[in-house]
Amino acid sequence: MSRLQAGQRHPLRFSLNGKPCAGEAEPRLLLTDFLRHQIGATGTHVGCEHGVCGACTVSVDGKPTRACLTLAVQIDGCEVRTVESLAPTPDRLGVLQSAFKRNYALQCGFCTAGILMSLDCFLREHPRPDEQSIRDLLSGHLCRCTGYTPIVRAAIEAAAELAGLREKADA
Amino acid sequence: MKPAAFDYVRAEQLDEALDVLGREGSDARVIAGGQSLMAMLNMRLAKPKTLIDIMRLPELARIENKGGTVTVGAGVRQASLLEWPELGQNLQLVALALPWTGHAQTRSRGTVCGSIAHADPSAELPLVLQTLGGEVHLRSSRRRRRVAANDFFAGMMATTRDDEELIEAVSFPVISERCAFREVARRHGDFAIVACAAVKTAVGVRLAVGGVADMPAARDFPHLEGSALDDALNGFAYELDARDDVHATARYRRDLVRMIGRDLVREVLQ
Repeated sequence: MSRLQAGQRHPLRFSLNGKPCAGEAEPRLLLTDFLRHQIGATGTHVGCEHGVCGACTVSVDGKPTRACLTLAVQIDGCEVRTVESLAPTPDRLGVLQSAFKRNYALQCGFCTAGILMSLDCFLREHPRPDEQSIRDLLSGHLCRCTGYTPIVRAAIEAAAELAGLREKADA
Repeated sequence: MKPAAFDYVRAEQLDEALDVLGREGSDARVIAGGQSLMAMLNMRLAKPKTLIDIMRLPELARIENKGGTVTVGAGVRQASLLEWPELGQNLQLVALALPWTGHAQTRSRGTVCGSIAHADPSAELPLVLQTLGGEVHLRSSRRRRRVAANDFFAGMMATTRDDEELIEAVSFPVISERCAFREVARRHGDFAIVACAAVKTAVGVRLAVGGVADMPAARDFPHLEGSALDDALNGFAYELDARDDVHATARYRRDLVRMIGRDLVREVLQ
């Protein structure tokens, strides 16, 4: 059993976007604040801080996770992926990101990081999703700009493109 | 919107978690998936001195199907139960209601027992446990006991769990009778304005309602039809003592109980 004292910083190790990462956190520090303020990974956005809006969604061990409902100390030993993992190089967009850009699936972009991470987790497990299942998934996110329609379109396009890439890789 | 300070205990053995709970009682809170508790901590509606994380205890992460009962351990996430291949065959009502519990992004972390411990009046899992007459398995360092759902929920986010007790598991009876579930919420996955569950019984139907009273309420009805059914549902709707809030008026909630109730009773009795 380990007891991490309140008010003190405790070391934690995890993997962030495929690379080993270490940091220090007080027990009460949220994963959102840890990522943004300690690690400097500000791609993850902070919205409602009670799990409703979905802006802070990241991937923990491959599952979509509200970073605002997760303590930094809980991710010790876990694999964390954030929106920073999606672009293959700093000057190129990933498949999902390009589909969002093409379809005008974002305007202000505040909700986008969380939606991209939800879809990234989802499309890995469901490579051929139908529209309804994408809409179900998006019910876990609030977007006040787009009305969701272009987001759904972008997700369907990205899923088709990713499936094509996989087939090419398999051939 | 940040939690107050607390010690964080990562239990590696169940006894350690029970020891800390036994010593610190109401100053300590157990955290599993954290999808209800973290929001309470962030809003400082809960300010425990110690948080006990039980998610590294493999013995709590089990689903067991034995002797006509499915027992779900405190570490089982809602998504894991939803993906359990035997779910639809054994716990049809859970299979119907679970997709309404939060969103995919919270079911991935949130646990079944955590939702029941939180006892939100509009939550689906307490409603289902109440409808099926399930049990909550409580454990402290001194004793173990099982409490029927009906005796477990005690009011708005209140239960009869003692401060030193951990919810070790919950169990649902396996039934083959026809059942149905329906919910009205502002957005799929949001808290229910009204959620109803129904199960066929030997004499008629058991109907349970969440989101109206301060805890899920179940009633057994004989086989009724037409205006006798409408009258019975109307009586039930008024007994629940609905209140107005920002989401819906009391009158709208009673309307939903009458309408969804009638649909579900017809569905399970057809």
